[in-house]
Amino acid sequence: MNMSNKKTPMRMQDPAQRAKNFDEVALGYSEEEAVSEAQRCLSCKNKPCVSGCPVGIDIPAFLKKIKERAFDEAYEIVTRSSSLPAVCGRVCPQETQCEKECVRGKKGEPVAIGRLERFVADRAAAKKVKTERPAPNGKAVAVVGSGPSGLTAAGDLARKGYAVTVFEALHVAGGVLVYGIPEFRLPKAIVRREIENLKSLGVKIETNVVIGKTLTVDELFERGFSAVFLGTGAGLPNFMGIEGEGLCGVYSANEFLTRSNLMQAYKEQPETPIMKGGRVAVVGGGNVAMDAARTALRLGAEKVYIVYRRSMEELPARREEVEHAVEEGIEFRLLCNPTKILGVEEKADPKFGFVRGMECVKMTLGAPDESGRRRPVPMEGSEFILDVDTVVIAIGTSPNPLLKDTTAGLQTDRRGGIVVDERGLTSRENVFAGGDAVTGAATVISAMGAGKLAARSIDQALFS
Amino acid sequence: MYRIENKRKLNETVTEMDIFAPLVAAKARAGQFVILRVDGDGERIPLTIAGWDRAKGLVKIVFQTVGSTTLRLSKKEAGEEIADFVGPLGRESETAGLKKVCVVGGGVAAAIALPLARTLFDEGADVTAIVGFRSKAQVILEEEFSRSAARLYLTTDDGSYAEKGNVTTPLKRLLDGGARFDAVFASGPLVMMKGVVETVRPFGIPVTVSMNPIMIDGTGMCGGCRLTLISDGKRQMKFACVDGPDFDGYAVDFDEAIVRNKMYTNFERAAYERACRLFQVNK
Repeated sequence: MNMSNKKTPMRMQDPAQRAKNFDEVALGYSEEEAVSEAQRCLSCKNKPCVSGCPVGIDIPAFLKKIKERAFDEAYEIVTRSSSLPAVCGRVCPQETQCEKECVRGKKGEPVAIGRLERFVADRAAAKKVKTERPAPNGKAVAVVGSGPSGLTAAGDLARKGYAVTVFEALHVAGGVLVYGIPEFRLPKAIVRREIENLKSLGVKIETNVVIGKTLTVDELFERGFSAVFLGTGAGLPNFMGIEGEGLCGVYSANEFLTRSNLMQAYKEQPETPIMKGGRVAVVGGGNVAMDAARTALRLGAEKVYIVYRRSMEELPARREEVEHAVEEGIEFRLLCNPTKILGVEEKADPKFGFVRGMECVKMTLGAPDESGRRRPVPMEGSEFILDVDTVVIAIGTSPNPLLKDTTAGLQTDRRGGIVVDERGLTSRENVFAGGDAVTGAATVISAMGAGKLAARSIDQALFS
Repeated sequence: MYRIENKRKLNETVTEMDIFAPLVAAKARAGQFVILRVDGDGERIPLTIAGWDRAKGLVKIVFQTVGSTTLRLSKKEAGEEIADFVGPLGRESETAGLKKVCVVGGGVAAAIALPLARTLFDEGADVTAIVGFRSKAQVILEEEFSRSAARLYLTTDDGSYAEKGNVTTPLKRLLDGGARFDAVFASGPLVMMKGVVETVRPFGIPVTVSMNPIMIDGTGMCGGCRLTLISDGKRQMKFACVDGPDFDGYAVDFDEAIVRNKMYTNFERAAYERACRLFQVNK
């Protein structure tokens, strides 16, 4: 038993060095470190940590195997519940899930469950632990979207013997894991590896197919699929509706991150352009805002601001991401809201139409609003200009209307999110949905939980 | 991978290709577009669909060599493959109920105007086509247009072929002479489309323009293709990929679109020069 009140530290790249490269920030545990950390687990009989896991991994069981150095068996236990352990070990907000429930966390730090999950998955990949291909059950299921919910549903269904085809609109599979989350937080090689694992289970992946355009949901049934899972993700980026959002140098976070991650604009002499360097303001306080800010820094920005209208207390990003951003030198302009983006107005100037600054107003916190958070109120006359030439807007997304417009009888809510019941079933027979397309922007693991639920419900619907 | 079935050079810088993409061919409609990548590390570029053969599973694209990606594409031959080809994206042009229509195309975008003219012609509309080019050497698709329109007016800026002037020259003459259309459609450079809108404005005829902004995914996810529509003094943001690419010409903020289109000019020039060196072509 390891009675230390602190987690076994994980090695990190030095902040000054990592702010200039796209290599992974956190370097992972060695076998010794993993065993030592696993020994902090008390093996509680009632397993409170499992109740905090959206996909229900038997955490004490896999930690026990790590203690015994039976790493392959630990991996086997994790993959019974999770299709993407190397991903989740990196990007799950464990502090609000499994680790929040950990008894060790009552006095000191909880067991580092996320880091151990990552260790087990990375080690299995290095050793090429093979998963076995199940016997086919004769039914085909179509999965729309290859992000975390789609990949999870595909994996679970394939393990039950379904012939699964995943349809992806982009040219590579992975959804937000490849276009959104940057390399330094989730190396793309890991996503590719997890997808290869699914392929070895028999999952087919069709890229360059936009369901709702190339094929409709009804055509998927005509083509012989017995059920359809819609995991199409968050959708259209929100803008603020202020003056100047059409200027050159203003990006949605989706566009900025997609250019850098999916299109690899961070490389030397890329084919896809992105504005590098300069002074950058990222508007918003979520994980996506942190990703955009840290990406801008690595692209060579001389100054990067996070502009957020509430205080640090309300800032929704994970603490760890905020700490990393601060360490790397990103400046937080809190209680601060953009009112106007200013452009170069002289037509003869080669920078005509490009951003030259962002006007902001200082905010103060008033009474709590319907969300329970204190409402930010502008302080009259406190306007000032932030000297920036690039603005990245990371204030969330709205559902994509593509599927709603082309699928008769598919019910959506007032916002446009797909309506599902407690089984993940939509208003259409044998059409299930989950992830951000249902909930609006949320986490990778909650999307995986929804994919898992839908896979179970699809199995019940097709074999009842 | 997607096979290039046919390739034809339409003029010095404009190439036509038929791509084998049966799912796209089955659904393609006038006004819609595809996004393609030439190679594994390539950029995604949008191209408006220039035609289709549903039986053979072919989608026709017509493009001008203006940058690295189009240069790479122009170097591919029939029988070779390109990495990615996705569509049909965007909304189709709204042609229902139109009886008397003027279709205007400028330069390489004449290739976009053609399937629209053909669709309207096949639906029984009285189609007047106006296509304009810089000079005789740039003229493309003349014969195809003459088969898809009741009347064809062709212009060149320098007068080296057909009528001297730009597309608004015959358009204004027709309108002044009492020609009345149910609708005018324009596709071409932003400045040309803006000119068409201003020419038609005094006559109160609806003008639809086909916008072709910078895009990445083409499904609404990135927001890079946003443009502004102004009506009754109110500004409204739209995404060309899901809300368009066709828009009410009177509402489009062309000045903003023109500036946004130039966002990466310097970058694009550098990438083009690298590609030129790669293929050892003279710029």
